[in-house]
Amino acid sequence: MILTVLDDSPAALDVLAFAQSLGQPVEAVTFGGGDPDDLAKRGVSTLHRITSDELADYAPAASGEALLRLIEQVRPDGVLAVSSDRVTEAMAHAATLARLPLATNCVEVTTGDPWLLTRVRGGGMLLEEAELTADVALLTIAQGVSGEIGAGPVASCEVREFTPELTATQARVVERTSRGSGMTLATAPVIVSGGRGVGSADGYAVLEELAKRLGGVVGCSRVATNNGWRPHSDQVGLTGTKVTPELYLACGISGATQHWVGCMDSKVIMAVNTDPEAPLVRRANYAVIGDVHEVLPAIVKEIDSRSKT
Amino acid sequence: MEVLVCVKRVPAPGAKVPLTDDQTEIDTRYLGHTIGPHEECAVEEAVRIVKAHGGSATVLAVGPAAADEQLRYAIAMGADRGVLVDVGDAELDPEATAAAISHAVGDTRYDLVLFGTESADASHYQVGIRVASALGVPIVGGIKGLELDTAVDDGAVSLRREVADGVEVYRLPLPAAAAVKEGLNLPRYPSMPGRLKAKKARIDVVPYTPEPGGLRKVRLRQPNDDREEAIVLGHGADAAPAVVDVLTQIGVIA
Ligand SMILES: Cc1cc2nc3c(=O)[nH]c(=O)nc-3n(C[C@H](O)[C@H](O)[C@H](O)COP(=O)(O)OP(=O)(O)OC[C@H]3O[C@@H](n4cnc5c(N)ncnc54)[C@H](O)[C@@H]3O)c2cc1C
Repeated sequence: MILTVLDDSPAALDVLAFAQSLGQPVEAVTFGGGDPDDLAKRGVSTLHRITSDELADYAPAASGEALLRLIEQVRPDGVLAVSSDRVTEAMAHAATLARLPLATNCVEVTTGDPWLLTRVRGGGMLLEEAELTADVALLTIAQGVSGEIGAGPVASCEVREFTPELTATQARVVERTSRGSGMTLATAPVIVSGGRGVGSADGYAVLEELAKRLGGVVGCSRVATNNGWRPHSDQVGLTGTKVTPELYLACGISGATQHWVGCMDSKVIMAVNTDPEAPLVRRANYAVIGDVHEVLPAIVKEIDSRSKT
Repeated sequence: MEVLVCVKRVPAPGAKVPLTDDQTEIDTRYLGHTIGPHEECAVEEAVRIVKAHGGSATVLAVGPAAADEQLRYAIAMGADRGVLVDVGDAELDPEATAAAISHAVGDTRYDLVLFGTESADASHYQVGIRVASALGVPIVGGIKGLELDTAVDDGAVSLRREVADGVEVYRLPLPAAAAVKEGLNLPRYPSMPGRLKAKKARIDVVPYTPEPGGLRKVRLRQPNDDREEAIVLGHGADAAPAVVDVLTQIGVIA
């Protein structure tokens, strides 16, 4: 049996389908939540719901401990989890307590002894083929996988509440603030992003102007962050944010791999760069060869003149 | 305040990521190396903590002898001393890396142990958690804000992180650990005196023979990149009409 660790993100359903395509019975576990009717339609007959009032107020160590107690009880052959930060951290704690290995960010999985895996390294820079030898295979599944739902719908999905005793309670949440409704890099439909080629903090004014007209936000490369031109929350890339907008407009950004892996899943990529040989110019869908500070003002002007007519 | 920072030596590839002939490593013959960016912020934070509260900052790297370069960089940033756990050239799995760190720490007591949330190359997301568990201290990851409270008995640390719908702040009694993310602070560039000090600093080398864990790397491969060459819309300001045509066509201008 394979146990899937789900949350309420859309990616969770991909992980479920991916797990079902491995050809073994699949059960689900959530940290609260989960819709049994929907799971029944997807062929899942058991939902383990870890419920503990305290869980949300403790660090992921407590979630990991709870998850391990469930694993010990239901004894799956493998555990496939969504790869959100929170669930990954819980899986790492479970693996640590159990003294088991953990393979994170998997995209291909073959069960067996050992399990054969392909995992994503460096945010998508490279793929690693690996073997996992363990009594219970613990995996997190990278975003963007898919699979065919192996099982037809079942009549009903039984919900089994699971309330473990927790000891990993040293780290406690003392404050929580929710995000405002403003657009972020992760949700913006358009990102006008600037790198070293923008030249200065003030140079971003024209990027802001263009982003405003396109209903988007401004992003940047690590050079811009390191120079103090932009806050780190604007940084796209391996150690910044991974973005997937409709349009990624990269201005004066060369396209180092660590930047590329953060923007490569954008629907359309357009590059503005003085260097026609820059990697991002070659990999983009569209390119303009030229100076950011000549090209961008001209685009803004063109948009404004068309909107007047 | 005794602070330990664990850093990893990682390759710094450019636009391409070349592989060795046997496809098991990044070919680093023509590449530079660097401290993982998350860990660079951890070093910066440790230096600031020591400046504010006294004590000392130790940096530790598990890796080849060449990781000396990264330890000296951290010392040039202001760390006090370095420990190199020399495990040779082969990449370790996360269980083995964590065991190597725990071995080197031994009985030394640190008030705060800092890691990067995940390494920039292998991205395993677990070494800090495994070490914290071995040392018997609590840990939270993804940290972008850190505040020490030395007014209470043994001290405590508040750790702030961004989550899907906002911000969470945790409070941990010391000794504690945190796995941090880039954005925690803006790391300084080493000063000239810092570089001179680092050149002469002593690095303690701890030899260690790792036991492999249950995850074995077999080989690396490049992801598919089936993008076609870009369509060049024009040069300079003259390209603007063609650009706006495309923006309209893909629906980002009404
Ligand atoms: C472990 C690690 C993690 C990293 N993580 C990230 C990350 O998350 N995000 C990230 O961005 N980087 C990251 N980096 C850094 C990355 O390797 C590059 O150094 C960085 O992306 C380069 O930024 P850039 O393109 O702005 O600068 P450069 O590489 O210097 O490129 C500047 C570009 O601007 C062009 N240009 C110059 N002047 C003009 C002008 N007037 N008009 C138009 N074009 C102009 C140039 O032709 C060039 O192509 C990481 C590096 C490492 C080692």
